[in-house]
Amino acid sequence: MAALTPELLALQLLVGLALGAIYVLLAFGLSLIFGMLTVVNFAHGAFYMLGAYVAFAVAGLTGNFWLCLACAPVVLGLIGYGVERFLVSPLYGRGIDYPLLLTFGLSYVLVEAVRIIFGKQGYPFDSPAALAGSVEILGNYFPLYRLFVVAATGTIVLALWLFVEWTNFGLIIRAGARDPEILRVLGIDVGRVWRLVFALGTAIAAMAGVLAAPLQGVTPEMGDSMLIESFVVTVVGGMGSLGGAVLAGLLVGLVVSLTSVVAPELAKLSIYALMAAVLLIRPQGLFGRAGLLG
Amino acid sequence: MPERRSQRSIGGLTRRQVLGAALGAAALGAVGFRPRTAGAAQPPIRIGFCVPLTGPYGSEAQDQVRCAQLAVREFNASGGLNGRKAELLVRDSKLSPDEAATRTLELIENEHVDFVAGSLSASVQLAVNNITKQHRILYNSISQSDAINEPKDFSRYTFHEALNPTMTTDAVGRYAFPRFGKRVVFLLPDYAYGHEMTRGFKRVGKEFGIEVLSEIRHPLGTTDFSVFFPRIRALKPDVLVCCNFGRDQQITLKQATDFGLKRAMKIVYPILLYTARLAVGPRAYQGVVGGTSYYWGLEKTVPAAKQFNDRYRAAYGGRVPSDYGAFGYAGVRTILASVRQAGSVETDAVIRRMEALHYDFYKGPEYYRACDHQAVQSVLIVESKPAPADNQFDVFKILEVYGPNRVHLRSCRELGYS
Repeated sequence: MAALTPELLALQLLVGLALGAIYVLLAFGLSLIFGMLTVVNFAHGAFYMLGAYVAFAVAGLTGNFWLCLACAPVVLGLIGYGVERFLVSPLYGRGIDYPLLLTFGLSYVLVEAVRIIFGKQGYPFDSPAALAGSVEILGNYFPLYRLFVVAATGTIVLALWLFVEWTNFGLIIRAGARDPEILRVLGIDVGRVWRLVFALGTAIAAMAGVLAAPLQGVTPEMGDSMLIESFVVTVVGGMGSLGGAVLAGLLVGLVVSLTSVVAPELAKLSIYALMAAVLLIRPQGLFGRAGLLG
Repeated sequence: MPERRSQRSIGGLTRRQVLGAALGAAALGAVGFRPRTAGAAQPPIRIGFCVPLTGPYGSEAQDQVRCAQLAVREFNASGGLNGRKAELLVRDSKLSPDEAATRTLELIENEHVDFVAGSLSASVQLAVNNITKQHRILYNSISQSDAINEPKDFSRYTFHEALNPTMTTDAVGRYAFPRFGKRVVFLLPDYAYGHEMTRGFKRVGKEFGIEVLSEIRHPLGTTDFSVFFPRIRALKPDVLVCCNFGRDQQITLKQATDFGLKRAMKIVYPILLYTARLAVGPRAYQGVVGGTSYYWGLEKTVPAAKQFNDRYRAAYGGRVPSDYGAFGYAGVRTILASVRQAGSVETDAVIRRMEALHYDFYKGPEYYRACDHQAVQSVLIVESKPAPADNQFDVFKILEVYGPNRVHLRSCRELGYS
């Protein structure tokens, strides 16, 4: 076994950061939707996968990655809007398990639909030409594209944070999360706000899907394991906490990466060990508010 | 006619059509529909074919279906068994031993199949074999496994058309270790295929004095290998032996290339997949050396390969068959050839014919060894290269062919057969 030199450690941290970036985006959307709508969205992984397939289709037509990155969130945002309007919203006030089961079923429908349309076997997806190369870091080659994923995630998270904290709509979102009743009394169409939040969460999932596609290709099942892992991230960060989602996403990436050096077989398991440890110490997650599910 | 519809779909060669046909066949089977050929009084000879159409080995499995259909069609076109036609019942194992066992049981109990062929994945075939063994149905496996040769899993109903890891790694190791170096890191999927391949490489490696620096195991279906690369790089091996398969292989090579691993070490695969190479493009596979059971380019020297390729080209729009696809072809064709020789579908008679079969159906001479029904056959060593402009399928260069007389199997005595 290679000694854990500072260089190796630094590289593992960098790899983990890039790995965590995708978790951050997925968990952010999940947390946004849960925090506002108290909907545990089991279709989030399928939306992530759909985003990647929209990108795959757009790339097939135009060959332009940047267009994919722009198109997929728009398409999925519209789908998310429709899903909330016609499927999820009729279930409000019926208890948390109704939308959970609905989105769970929806994810199966979406995955099957993609299998029928695109085939079961999945496709590779090229990195954009401008980011295809590597840079040398500490004597190792590191793919430029992974650095781009980290930077893109940082930008998206920053933009969302500014949006939620500094715009009027963001103010409404935050108020809606605290007390939708009062918001309604104030004359704000809360249903519309929720629809837009659901669409926004879905669009972020799509963006994560597009960013992940050049790393691993696209497959109908790509959302399945990501969904479970991003739920773990959300739970670790605290359900509904946006800051928690970001921090926990990066934390999970780093834990997986570092475990891989010491015990590669346990890499996936380490995510759940982390969750168990956090839940033992803080049952509501790192930044969660207790009692949201009650 | 359902049968004709399914054939036309397969001939059209879009994935959707192939899958649609497979699903259609499954649906028809589910409602107990029995296709009959006009005028033929006898029911068709039914061969169950369960492969992982869904999941990381989907591309390989789909070509196995195409090739198996080809064997069935050839049999029918040449008159069948005195006019009695054969048909293939395709099922999706989803790469799960449980799913495969359930589907196989259904094929036997509800569809009354005469034979079973197929399966892909070392652990899935053992599950299928377990069922066919119990029901005394002849099963021809078309996926790598050492365990299937061993007394614990083997039965006289079990045939193994695919290569096994011992013979594969013996040839690949013999080629690679003297040429590329002795400091070795293994990266393997954590299930039977990876374990058996690694064991085989170590076995042949002893002869060449290799030093194993590390054995890194990953779950089947891993989508990101980057976490392993800094450590592999730090270990400074001469050779990185990767034992994964299907989509795992595509992703490993793409990411390893992005991380510049190939500049520091030689990457060697026990099985370098034609389907995966074609899907992911030249850059990821550039310079990688590995073994294979079949490459269509063999047609320059092997007449049977030329015939097989030409039939496949005619049926599937000019494309060429893959390595694992060819296993599907041979796995079904050997059964049907033995049926014809035996003049019946009676299991014992067909087994006796198959045991005596010496055949050259697509890659040169083969036969099933008496003690464990392992197909003794050649192993090819290939290197990936960019395809020339005039032929997009020309992706491998054949470096060496270890013929049936040069491959090393574990002896019958070593396996525990008297």
